[in-house]
Amino acid sequence: MAITNKKKVSKRAYPITWKEVKRQKVLLLWSAAFVIYGFIFYYLPLGGWVIAFQNYKPKNGLFHSAFVGLEKFQQLFSDASFIRVIRNTLAMGVINLAATFIMAIAFAILLNEVKSKIGKKTVQTISYLPHFLSWIIVTGILHDALSGAGIVNELLLKFNILEQPLNFFAYPKYFWWIVAFANVWKETGWNAIIYLAAITSIDPCLFEAAAIDGAGRWARIKNITLPSIKPTIIILLLINVGNVLNAGFEVQYLLGNGLVQSVSQTIDIYVLKWGISQGDYSLGTAAGIFRSVVSIILIILANQVSKRAGEEQLF
Amino acid sequence: MYCLGRREWKFEKMSLLNIELISASQLAENAQLVEYVQLAEYVQGAELERGRGVIMKQKKAIPRLYKSHTSFSNVLFTVCNTLFMIAFVVITLYPVLNTLAISFNNGTDALRGGIYLWPRKWSLQNYITVLQKNSLVTGAYISVARTVIGTLTSLAANALLAFIVSRKRFLFRRELSLFWVITMYVNGGLIPVFLVYKGLNLTNSFWVYIIPGMVSAFNMLVLRTYMGGLPDSLEESAQLDGAGYMTIFIKIISPLCKPVYATVALFVAVGQWNSWFDAMLYNRMSDQYTTLQYELMKLLSSVTNQSASVETMKNAAASVTPASTRAAATIVTMLPIVCLYPFLQRYFVTGLTIGGVKE
Repeated sequence: MAITNKKKVSKRAYPITWKEVKRQKVLLLWSAAFVIYGFIFYYLPLGGWVIAFQNYKPKNGLFHSAFVGLEKFQQLFSDASFIRVIRNTLAMGVINLAATFIMAIAFAILLNEVKSKIGKKTVQTISYLPHFLSWIIVTGILHDALSGAGIVNELLLKFNILEQPLNFFAYPKYFWWIVAFANVWKETGWNAIIYLAAITSIDPCLFEAAAIDGAGRWARIKNITLPSIKPTIIILLLINVGNVLNAGFEVQYLLGNGLVQSVSQTIDIYVLKWGISQGDYSLGTAAGIFRSVVSIILIILANQVSKRAGEEQLF
Repeated sequence: MYCLGRREWKFEKMSLLNIELISASQLAENAQLVEYVQLAEYVQGAELERGRGVIMKQKKAIPRLYKSHTSFSNVLFTVCNTLFMIAFVVITLYPVLNTLAISFNNGTDALRGGIYLWPRKWSLQNYITVLQKNSLVTGAYISVARTVIGTLTSLAANALLAFIVSRKRFLFRRELSLFWVITMYVNGGLIPVFLVYKGLNLTNSFWVYIIPGMVSAFNMLVLRTYMGGLPDSLEESAQLDGAGYMTIFIKIISPLCKPVYATVALFVAVGQWNSWFDAMLYNRMSDQYTTLQYELMKLLSSVTNQSASVETMKNAAASVTPASTRAAATIVTMLPIVCLYPFLQRYFVTGLTIGGVKE
């Protein structure tokens, strides 16, 4: 896979001269338009971080609100519910990351071992399906399946594992695992695509040689397939570690309810609740900044660890 | 190779491929020539369309040549693996098929339970109820509009940006790339973004679905990687003939990029169709800009709260329950994408593999 391509971007091909600028007039004009657009929609909001250090009131605007320094951050960290929110976000992020990662790799490897071409193609096509459904639909389906009269309860009752129907959404202890299951259900097939591509690019000679030497299928998976896709796994892990705090809004928002609030709220939901619904823009922004900064630190840390271990790097 | 006419070029590729394949098949113990011919056709089709090198791809597509052992552990593995795949398919498909069955079943009858994969008492009443709901119909129009307009504008913008940064001669290609790649990692967060949109009068408007998300760094990178792989000589020879950059972009590069355009269009279209949060956050107050997904969400949450309203009473007479309406609405919402995606598979597979490239 081209992921491991370490080629550096070459230096400027031509020096900046009037002649060259004139020649590339069209490109320069369009790129100016793109820079303005990007500045407005991606960089201007970063300037909005300043309101976390203010006591922002919409009627005063950005320039006339009083500066309060780090007061909003102090308020944030003295709020017990915010600490709980951080715990929830981290816990669900880590559980989801581990679950979706392991499932995608396992699925890709096992699917690759399916001999029948038609069977392989069919399973793969079906495995993509949930990715194309919105979270609204997925959580709706999950509600049906796990409700008191749902299929899961029906099966559990039939096999006498449960005495009476259980509403899984009413108990905080199940919530994180339901969210993990939802993520696995939705994304396993999709995430497996990239691993399958990596597996198909392994030189078949390796498998042949191992087979001739008497390696069984497990041995081949362990000694050839897994080491060969290791670079891909590491790159994707690096990308996803940075997203641990970001991945946690839609499912939790849609599946959460009053009974499981203590374990379902994530940083993003907290921001939405305080920022938009309660109107405390400064507090919401402060929470958002905390999340962004931690994310960036996580990405850099993961990259460093990988560099130390002599593995792939993101940048 | 490029000085050959298109036909000769094709011929050269074919012969190259055949030689390779025949030698490979001779190596194989039990060579099945038929399969190789099919394979050759498949690879050719894919490669000619993409205009890329043959040999790499061919290596990937050759089936394994050894015979599988028939020892006990291997048989056990095959059995377990097949069972796993069947379980996977059942878990993936069952909930969707169950929803489909309920949507076609008489609502009051469905309350008795016991409907799995096939309706017990057929009824179209659920769909009729859904199609009579004004909010859902408005939502459907807006969803279609935002998907079509959003996909076209976003594709045009991303392609143009990718074209600019993939020009080797362009003076600021590194700077402009970096400017966009940074946006992948840092963002302002919910509230500052909300305030900016509000300041630009994008809230309570249709354009909030289109304009802010028009350029995405990820899609730009996918397109850039593909365009970077096209030969520079195309651009040079067109310039010798006096073509400007926009002509090169529209007449020469874009036709060659059709497969990757399809990929990006698919990504954007799916995102547009499935997104609901922007409707809730920015257009909560204006019902005329609601989307299908957001309406579905309202429907779902009203059902889970089990609110008995006048409407529920009215529906009871028509033997339609909230649960059955919801099933019908869910099916309507997922239908367009579910019907289309199986035919677009190779596009998103390419896109994801290209997208994994870093620089």
